[in-house]
Amino acid sequence: MNQMQEKACPIIANHIKIALVGQPNVGKSMLINSVSNAHLHVGNFSGVTVDKTEVLFDYKNYHFTVVDLPGTYAFTDYTIEERVTHDYLCAESYDLIINVVDSTNLEKNLQLTSELMSMSKRVVIALNMSDEADKEGVVINAEYMSELLGIPCVKVSAVTKTGIEELLDAVVSVSEQETQESKLIFSEPVEEEISTIVDYLTKHKYKAVNSYRNVAINLLKNNKKTYAKLHDDPIWIELQPILIEASKHIELHHDSDDIKESFAEEYASFNRGIIAEVLKQEVIEEKKTLTEKIDKTLIHSIFGIPIFLFFMWSLFQLTFEIGSIPMDWIDAFFSWFGDTIGATIPNEDVRSLVVDGVIAGVGAVILFVPNIIILFIGIALLESTGYMSRVAFLLDGFFHKFGMHGQSFIPLVTGFGCSIPAYMSARILKNDRDRLLTLFIIGFMSCGARLPVYVLFAGAFFAPEMAGNILFAIYISGAMIGLVAAKVLKLTAFKGADEPFVMEMPKYRLPSAKLIWHTVLTKTMMYLKKAGTFIAAASMLIWFLSNYPHNLMIEEEYATKIEMALSKDAKTDLANEQAVAHLEQSYLGKIGKFSVPIFEPLGFDWKMSVALQTGLAAKEVVVSTLGVLYALGDNVNEEDNSLKTAISKNIPFASAVAFIVVIMIYLPCLAASIVFTREAGGIRYFFYLLAFTSIAAYSLAFIAYNVTLMLT
Amino acid sequence: MKTLKDCKKACKVKVIKLHASTDLKQRLISFGIMKESVIEVLEHSPAKSTIEVKVGKMRIALRAQEAQLIEVQKI
Ligand SMILES: Nc1nc2c(ncn2[C@@H]2O[C@H](COP(=O)(O)OP(=O)(O)OP(=O)(O)O)[C@@H](O)[C@H]2O)c(=O)[nH]1
Ligand SMILES: [Mg+2]
Repeated sequence: MNQMQEKACPIIANHIKIALVGQPNVGKSMLINSVSNAHLHVGNFSGVTVDKTEVLFDYKNYHFTVVDLPGTYAFTDYTIEERVTHDYLCAESYDLIINVVDSTNLEKNLQLTSELMSMSKRVVIALNMSDEADKEGVVINAEYMSELLGIPCVKVSAVTKTGIEELLDAVVSVSEQETQESKLIFSEPVEEEISTIVDYLTKHKYKAVNSYRNVAINLLKNNKKTYAKLHDDPIWIELQPILIEASKHIELHHDSDDIKESFAEEYASFNRGIIAEVLKQEVIEEKKTLTEKIDKTLIHSIFGIPIFLFFMWSLFQLTFEIGSIPMDWIDAFFSWFGDTIGATIPNEDVRSLVVDGVIAGVGAVILFVPNIIILFIGIALLESTGYMSRVAFLLDGFFHKFGMHGQSFIPLVTGFGCSIPAYMSARILKNDRDRLLTLFIIGFMSCGARLPVYVLFAGAFFAPEMAGNILFAIYISGAMIGLVAAKVLKLTAFKGADEPFVMEMPKYRLPSAKLIWHTVLTKTMMYLKKAGTFIAAASMLIWFLSNYPHNLMIEEEYATKIEMALSKDAKTDLANEQAVAHLEQSYLGKIGKFSVPIFEPLGFDWKMSVALQTGLAAKEVVVSTLGVLYALGDNVNEEDNSLKTAISKNIPFASAVAFIVVIMIYLPCLAASIVFTREAGGIRYFFYLLAFTSIAAYSLAFIAYNVTLMLT
Repeated sequence: MKTLKDCKKACKVKVIKLHASTDLKQRLISFGIMKESVIEVLEHSPAKSTIEVKVGKMRIALRAQEAQLIEVQKI
């Protein structure tokens, strides 16, 4: 390791690569955001970051590369995300570690620190959240702590951006020093055994990369890698009995039969010693902290769940109510824009491509940006206040009945925004079975891209006062169907014992407006970008498919008919008829007609069938396809050509219900399916998902269609 | 044997022994639940299936099944 660094030095002289390590939710990602201009995802719960991300920035004469790693409580491979961190620290090359700790909970955080200390790497400790520590009256003597640990400790706050420069200066100076032997001291029996092993290794001149002390500690801790390395060495034969003896001695001392537990206790007592020296609690803590007071209501055993449902209901009310205010303006803007642009294009085909294709398609998607923004704000609040973990707590018992894990709630909620990060965040689940089960269920949580379809249909078929409730009902029933599906899967495909549920509940934090703004802005920009690129391209494609081939017979036939018609109304009707006839014989019309027999039992006409199929590429395309199809077939009627009216006029209610059910359940979009396949670990899972969602969507939509027909 | 599961709301106990499997034990230890540590029960979820406890300054949610593996003693 050292040799490699020496070789690499001249080439990347001013380059410092830092691994950011710490327990979950201590503000690692936020710290990176505050030293660079990155916008990493930040949230107030454990397991926000689930994959490593590199961020580059410059400070003074140095190029920094900081690697944000998932939080880890200890060096175990408990969950996939923790494995990411562990593997990174052991296998990748980096210059030093910044260990981020939460100053308000130093003792717990030092558990990980002491494990890092026994790795023989350069370390700098960032005492983060010093603003909160000040408020809580926690005073840490950072200088003394640096001295005791032999590691520079710097007080910082990622929120107020204090201490950042000091931290970077410390990083620079440490990166130029040699690695130091850690000052971690164990209890007497352990120290005794360590020196026995060190003596033995010295006697046999064992070749090690790290120090002998380090090797000895790793051997005693039962570290797999060190074990494997020594196992093939000739000295193993003599070493093994020494180790067994040593372990016995230590376990006896700790009255335990688990060497890892014994070491944890060793670390804990070392940490208690440090805490006693460096930490002073100035203000006597109140009996109940604010968090506990809030929790008394929010996770109340009776009112907790109703309160949660009320929050959800309000969110969907707001989504519809507030979201529909700017809708008319956006709608008006796009029809004005279409007319204006259209007037400047002489060629009729090009004009239709731009106006009826791109503008109608993209416009139909952008129309729903206000709704999406409100939904995103809701999710951002849930994530950043600390309420997320509370809901996971409340729902665990309920989820458990359906074979799910309470922590599944976190990826599931993320799924309401977009399925892709949700699939990723399923990594916080320890057990592969739970994780797969959750992956299969995430699709049932309607993502933000499906919201436009719901808003459109709810608005088309219900009075504005009801539409918010309908929206809420759609989401809740989606989630319910998801739970039932989970139960079915648990009883069939993912049988097995339940996994433990232990989860940290973070303290409540008032999210800053800036944080919410950035989170929502990033997501909204992604949506807009998709509308401007992918959706625009898809709309063009759909326009082509629905405009060609031109059929001269139809054109001539209608041209003469229109000429012969007497009244103006009759002429308009005929023109409409022509558009419809033309659309039906287009490529898309033919595709639609071809698939109609499949969808007929659900009451779909060919336009709906096509919209569903295009929705496989991206859910937004459902709306833009409907937008293009109805803009083309209906463009003669200029009085009210909003998509909403077109839908309520052309689609029977029962078919609309069945359509919503299919949208709710069927396969997630292409990009999400790819991520799903990767996270699940094999293409076969994709086919399972395809079969599972298709069957569920089809049969439930069939039931919904017929029940609605009977009732209406 | 008295376990954390038997504890009522607002009661304070001391941990005697962890009877969990290695993985879970590791996780509990990293949460600060180990021999000698003091636990306070804060809240029960509906039907008492999940409980919220306080260890040091940290609040932790765990299921009744897991709580049952933590042997405690009243203090
Ligand atoms: N008061 C205060 N809050 C902070 C500070 N740094 C981070 N936070 C908050 O702490 C929470 C966690 O921040 P993250 O950056 O997501 O934490 P993380 O360590 O990356 O968490 P994981 O990715 O889950 O491991 C967020 O709610 C932040 O707003 C700080 O210095 N002061
Ligand atoms: Mg993070």
